[in-house]
Amino acid sequence: MSRLQRLLSTPEGVTGLAILLVLLSAGLLAPILSPGDPLKIAGHALLTPFSDPAFPLGTDRLGRDVLAGLLYGARTSLAVGLAAAFSAMVLGLCVGMAAGFAGGLVDEALMRVVDAFQIVPAFLLALAFVSTIGVSTPVVVLAIALGTWADPARLTRAQVLAIREQDYVASARVIGMHPAEIAFREILPNALPPVLALSATIVAGAILTEAALSFLGLGNPNIATWGSMIAEGRSVLRSASYLSVIPGAALAITVLGVHLFSEGLGKALGDDDARAA
Amino acid sequence: MSIFCSLRQLSVTYGRGAAAALDGVDLDIAAGERLAIIGESGSGKSTLARALAGLLPDGATVGGEMLWPGLGHPPRPGRDFGFVFQDPGSSLNPVLTIGEQIAEGARRHLGLGWKQAYIRAEELLGRVRIPQPDKAMRAFPHQLSGGQRQRVAIAAAIAARPALLIADEATSALDVVVQAEIVRLLDGLVREDGMTLLFITHDIALASGFVDRIAVFCNARLVEAGPVRSVLSAPKSDYTAALIASHRDLATPPLIAEMLP
Repeated sequence: MSRLQRLLSTPEGVTGLAILLVLLSAGLLAPILSPGDPLKIAGHALLTPFSDPAFPLGTDRLGRDVLAGLLYGARTSLAVGLAAAFSAMVLGLCVGMAAGFAGGLVDEALMRVVDAFQIVPAFLLALAFVSTIGVSTPVVVLAIALGTWADPARLTRAQVLAIREQDYVASARVIGMHPAEIAFREILPNALPPVLALSATIVAGAILTEAALSFLGLGNPNIATWGSMIAEGRSVLRSASYLSVIPGAALAITVLGVHLFSEGLGKALGDDDARAA
Repeated sequence: MSIFCSLRQLSVTYGRGAAAALDGVDLDIAAGERLAIIGESGSGKSTLARALAGLLPDGATVGGEMLWPGLGHPPRPGRDFGFVFQDPGSSLNPVLTIGEQIAEGARRHLGLGWKQAYIRAEELLGRVRIPQPDKAMRAFPHQLSGGQRQRVAIAAAIAARPALLIADEATSALDVVVQAEIVRLLDGLVREDGMTLLFITHDIALASGFVDRIAVFCNARLVEAGPVRSVLSAPKSDYTAALIASHRDLATPPLIAEMLP
């Protein structure tokens, strides 16, 4: 059975994958479903959901379409979340591999840097980073990645330390393989599964951090984000609570979807290990 | 017979202040011979294999000399010697296919492209008598049985036609029937290719069935070495005699006496 089939055989995996696919298509098809700038004033202000067929989810205080905001917000959330998690994984894998291989002083030094990043709360780090450097999407991505790369780095190092003592690494050496080749062809593929399972959790965390940053007004103000939609709905929470509830629910479902997907992925990869053992 | 490799006062110590794992070993390995290294756990036999293969950990100190008159240069891993590990479950990479792992050595040392290396790998799988070599090429190690995995590991070790094959306890993780098959296979391969075989084991009975010479190790030292027949019939040292006497088969009285009712 392939990994995909095993992923799909778990209820978590199927649900998570379905949610993510819906979100992904919403994000990708946003310009087709709702052309134009999602931040433009489209109609009357504060239309409640389902009252006007032109605005199924209503409009906000300035008369902007909530559905358009939601669709484009999915785009931002997923893009920023995935980009940040990807950067964090790449950085973590590189640092972890380097530390695990080099050992000795290099390992010590790199791990103390990892310690430093693990001690500082990820969100505070991102907040400080964005507020000093300035708000733009790449900066937000980088800020989130900086707070999350330490976990994969630690996990990768632990994996490398365990795997480099395996007989198949010794047998690659007696075949005459170059150390760099051993690192990338023999060790990395075996170290990857647990780090990949961690990656989904990192994506979920990154999406939440992005939403929190834009809730505090530290997201890019020129694009629609769920965090800023929730923030704007806050001032009319009593009279038009849907303005906060709708993007909030979207955020919760997204994070839930990512976590379910990661759960399913973990099970599928775990089966893999169990079968290999 | 010409000398393939000779060890002169070879000593190995793991870390500072530790007892020597090999202590002043003098041993000649003749080209084309089948030499068994016999010893109990901790006797230094695996250290010898790892020293020959250059697999000692960084902290180990090596004294004495290792000469390779049969090669004229230090051995190149994979090309000049092949190495078979004890446990084929851990010596094969779980994420690479069987074909890839065998083809690797052939591609690297024989100057073949991937395609030719795969053809050679399939031939090798046939030689080590894996059923349906074409299917096994695409299989992963966990899909094979222990004995089949060890055959694959042997195929990978001889892929680049090395002159020396080192089998470090290659049969110890297998059951008796499979042990016999692997020994027969090694014997056949070594004869056909004219390889030198270094067969490391604790099982003197298994080894004496097919090797030319036996070297007995005890407590990091070489106790005695000589042709199988003379070592078995007239052991020079008490230790070897004890080792031969301790061989167990079904006729041996049980270690734990049955309780009388």
